[in-house]
Amino acid sequence: MREQAMATVVDLFERDEEIALITADISLDFLRPAVEHDPRRAINVGIMEQSAIGVAAGFALEGFHPIVHTLAPFLTERPLEQLKLDFGYQGLGGLFISAGAAYDYGQSGGTHHSPGGVQALSSIPGIEILLPGSPAETDSLVRTSYANGRPTYLRTSVVENAAPVELAPGGLTVVQRGRDVTVIAAGPFLSRTLAAVDGIDATVLYATTLVPLDAATLALEAAPAAEIVLVEPLYEGTTAAQVSAALAHRATRLLSIGVPRRFIKHYGTSEQHDRDLGLDVHGIRERILGFS
Amino acid sequence: MDTAPATQELLDLIARSSGDEKHDASSFSTLDVIHMLYEVLRVDPRNPEWQERDRFLLSKGHGPLAYYAVLARNRFFPPEELERFMTWEGILGAHPDRLQVPGVEVSTGSLGHGLPLAVGVAYALRARDLLEQRVFVLTGDAELNEGSNWEAILHAGSAQLANLTLIVVDNRSSNVAMGDIAERLRAFGWDAVTVDGRDHEQLRAAYEHRADVPTAVVARV
Repeated sequence: MREQAMATVVDLFERDEEIALITADISLDFLRPAVEHDPRRAINVGIMEQSAIGVAAGFALEGFHPIVHTLAPFLTERPLEQLKLDFGYQGLGGLFISAGAAYDYGQSGGTHHSPGGVQALSSIPGIEILLPGSPAETDSLVRTSYANGRPTYLRTSVVENAAPVELAPGGLTVVQRGRDVTVIAAGPFLSRTLAAVDGIDATVLYATTLVPLDAATLALEAAPAAEIVLVEPLYEGTTAAQVSAALAHRATRLLSIGVPRRFIKHYGTSEQHDRDLGLDVHGIRERILGFS
Repeated sequence: MDTAPATQELLDLIARSSGDEKHDASSFSTLDVIHMLYEVLRVDPRNPEWQERDRFLLSKGHGPLAYYAVLARNRFFPPEELERFMTWEGILGAHPDRLQVPGVEVSTGSLGHGLPLAVGVAYALRARDLLEQRVFVLTGDAELNEGSNWEAILHAGSAQLANLTLIVVDNRSSNVAMGDIAERLRAFGWDAVTVDGRDHEQLRAAYEHRADVPTAVVARV
């Protein structure tokens, strides 16, 4: 997804002179063609993430569509106040694309993990948060969101679904319909969620727009049963309040499956962490079976 | 040029404002600095969004009454608005909001945001071939405690953003020793000068000075 996001950004940059590209010393090889195309609006600020956001907002004040890219914890958590004030409060739009989601950098320790990034950004009124699950979806979402006039966060990950999905306009796509449980799978956790509900009569909804969650589609498509399961590659319960609000008109029981709220102290692959955190197919299936 | 009448006019405008904040030192420290800036700034109150204007970003959003008074004197909004300062009915808050106040380029209050924004604006003007336009940003001396400023100072010096001017109002309000601020800025590649922040001709000359690197005016008050 990261490579696709960068390729799409470069393609858009060369077509649209209103785009400004800001990096903080990350992905320079991917973005070099943009710098060579027009260095006046492709800026590597250096290792200074607060200023990366501020500089991008300066471009936005002058009518540009800024796109900012760096690693997830340094884009979502370190400059949170800059995103809140320089973009949200000023009423400016910009696209923020991260690499290295959750525990993608599984051998790097907690400094490079960001399962809380989406929740932190969710506190900014008006923000849009996108979790594509494949390179094709990444390409589509970058193209449709970069000039939307709102602060927008797009999270890429090394974890991908087996196949891309044709996304519904609101970012909540019906994958299958069933009667016994409704499962909402976010971004790159769709494939493992589908495997986990194998043999269960479940409605599966695929969320690529986490904020704002498409409440109307959720209310319309949720199965008759009270049981609702949320599966997201983020801290457990990150999207739970939006799910509850969308279904406030009916009785529900909600199970939130996500990254446990503790610092990860092991070093290993994403798959090893998935297993340890109960987020592989087996772990997700056991939790759903125990809930129903 | 006798600029005293203008200063008195601004003091009278500040006196019209509601509330007690008009008695604070922070309301006056920037008075001459901002007044003289608007003597050289190319702006059009009838068209605040005029693309060929110079930009001024008040990073130090605290104590904005002098700023509001200068904007009112320059007809960006009616002086009567000052009588609703910090009230429910008014548009003038304790920190300025660009979406409410004509002529305000950026909403500030939290310190350390204006300078990185100004760097972005300076880049953006260059990308639009607006090469004569200048970007001024004003911080306080204590505001320079914030590390985000030093990121931007390092970057702008390295990038030689010659259309950028930093004004530091130095009223020795920092509880951390700031040393010689102009000397520190020069170490980061800036062309910096220290002036008397109440001396109108010194301020004018410092604002009109241009270099091939970013410039800074440390105004001691």
